[in-house]
Amino acid sequence: MSLNHNLSEEQILLRNTVRDFAENEIKPFAKEIDAKEEFNYEITQKMADMGFLGAFSPEEYGGSALDYLSYILVVEELSRVDGSQAATIAAHNSLGVGPLLYFGNEEQKQKYLPQLAAGKLWGFGLTEPESGSDAGNAATTASLEGDEWVINGAKIFITNAGTDVSIGSTVMAHTGTREDGTKEMSCIIVENGTKGFTTRVMKDKMMWRGSNTAELFFEDVRVPKSNLLGNQGDGFKQMLKTLDKGRLSIAAMGLGLAQGAFESALKYAKDRKAFGHQLSTYQSTAFKLADIDMGIELAREYLYETCRMADRGEKITKRSAIAKLYCSELAHMAANHCVQIHGGYGLMKEYDAERFYRDQKLLEIGEGTSEIQRLVISRAIGCYDQEKFY
Amino acid sequence: MNILVCISRVPDTASRIIVASGGKTIDNTGIKFVVNPYDEIAIEEGLRLREKNGGTVTCVVLGTEVSKDILRTALAMGVDKAVIIKTADDNYDSYFTAENLANYAKTLNPDIILLGKQSVDYDSLQMPSTLGELLNMPSVSVVTKLTIEGTNVTAEREVEGGKEVISSTLPCIISAQKGLNDPRYPKLPDIMKAKSKPIEEVAAIEVAARVEIVGLEMPSKKRIGKLVTDSEVDIAEIVKLLHEEAKVI
Repeated sequence: MSLNHNLSEEQILLRNTVRDFAENEIKPFAKEIDAKEEFNYEITQKMADMGFLGAFSPEEYGGSALDYLSYILVVEELSRVDGSQAATIAAHNSLGVGPLLYFGNEEQKQKYLPQLAAGKLWGFGLTEPESGSDAGNAATTASLEGDEWVINGAKIFITNAGTDVSIGSTVMAHTGTREDGTKEMSCIIVENGTKGFTTRVMKDKMMWRGSNTAELFFEDVRVPKSNLLGNQGDGFKQMLKTLDKGRLSIAAMGLGLAQGAFESALKYAKDRKAFGHQLSTYQSTAFKLADIDMGIELAREYLYETCRMADRGEKITKRSAIAKLYCSELAHMAANHCVQIHGGYGLMKEYDAERFYRDQKLLEIGEGTSEIQRLVISRAIGCYDQEKFY
Repeated sequence: MNILVCISRVPDTASRIIVASGGKTIDNTGIKFVVNPYDEIAIEEGLRLREKNGGTVTCVVLGTEVSKDILRTALAMGVDKAVIIKTADDNYDSYFTAENLANYAKTLNPDIILLGKQSVDYDSLQMPSTLGELLNMPSVSVVTKLTIEGTNVTAEREVEGGKEVISSTLPCIISAQKGLNDPRYPKLPDIMKAKSKPIEEVAAIEVAARVEIVGLEMPSKKRIGKLVTDSEVDIAEIVKLLHEEAKVI
């Protein structure tokens, strides 16, 4: 990496440390973890010990108290080596810890955040079998009966929710109807082990095979009224705020994956000869590598600056959509070129190119599809000001 | 236990080294600098000694302002005190370094001085023994196992086909070889805290240079091999080439 992108001394040290950690503690196992499709508890605990799990949690809750940019550097460096471990960290911090930290009351924070920095995991139950991009359409309901919420419904594709160390999830549920007839959504904390709440690990994934993805089922699940996160009816707002920042971690995963694919492709192109010359000396290869490098340099500038804005508390809705969209499409391009440059070997699991190619695809779908990002951007530039369909 | 660890700042081994114009130094542009890997092992050993025996670990580097970054790494790993002996520039020899480190060590009066067996930049391998001479302390180099009981020191070194066990007493100097330990990663909260810890500055004393680098050259590029077919008639040709061109027979 030639440029340090105005990173501070400790951010550079942090990046180098995470890179060493990823190279030594994750990379040697990434292929096997992917092949076996197993969540690796040992690596997760090592990441917890390094302080990755409570990345931006304040020190008083056992966290590492990182600024948002530093957290993003962690995700980027993990993703450069292994999308699965990056996914565990990104989802846990952005979607698990994030909502509890942003919207939880002191009691809730004291109860959960220290555990979530030390090695326990937390899910964010948003997507449902019948509602994805149209999250407001969620069918899961929570009704107040006396001092308890009674929850019924199901969630799907929930990262980190079904491991042996998962201790709960934040669940978005339909809690009533507003005066204007729209659904009122609220976020409710449900601990694993609560009667009627079950999780099932989803298998046979194409990508992120070492990360945990679960289905959640709620059958008359009763939790105390005080498990409400923030105010009743704030669920949708909370989700949007969570995803604004969460998208930056998906962007970091795209950037990191692009970097990993770029390095792998460049190395192969310089090692491999065809027609008597290095592959990298043919412009058909060289220009592909130049395109990836250009994308990485631009994406890194944009993403880091957006993180600095988030750290200053500025509104980043449009920028985080752009960063997520650009970085995930960059990862797509980089992984695609990486396989192409590797030729036949790129199709074999022996090389990382094949794993990069599969892992990148989620980035264009998860935490808001590319289409939704374009919707967010086009909304921000005023395309629908006169006529509203959405 | 009063522990002193001397570290140096070197280019990352993966860096592409280019000789700077002038031909006496390397071009630092775009190079990532790190704690000398053997010194990292020395830091780790210092931390383990402190964890076992109590005391403080002081980490010292000699160099210009930029060398402070590796002290931050040492602080993030957990050393108690960081010191820079500040030089005006990068033009000094090993003797200058040794005199300055010895000078600082005298003010600290350490029970043990730990350092890497060599720095992977100039590979002079001078420091452990020169420091021993200047401080009149026993110095054991290239150590792969260290045991300290009271003031008794037992150090193991790998030698051709076996190991050598050396006993000595504190205070002494130990230089670390790979295998002594596995250095820890700094944890994220410690990295963030390292920025607010103080770094003590000491001015370097003047010491006349004893050696001078006259020139640096890049290794010559590998020459392209000559292909000789495997028929018997070529044997004479191979002998001729080995004799006249390669000049090995």
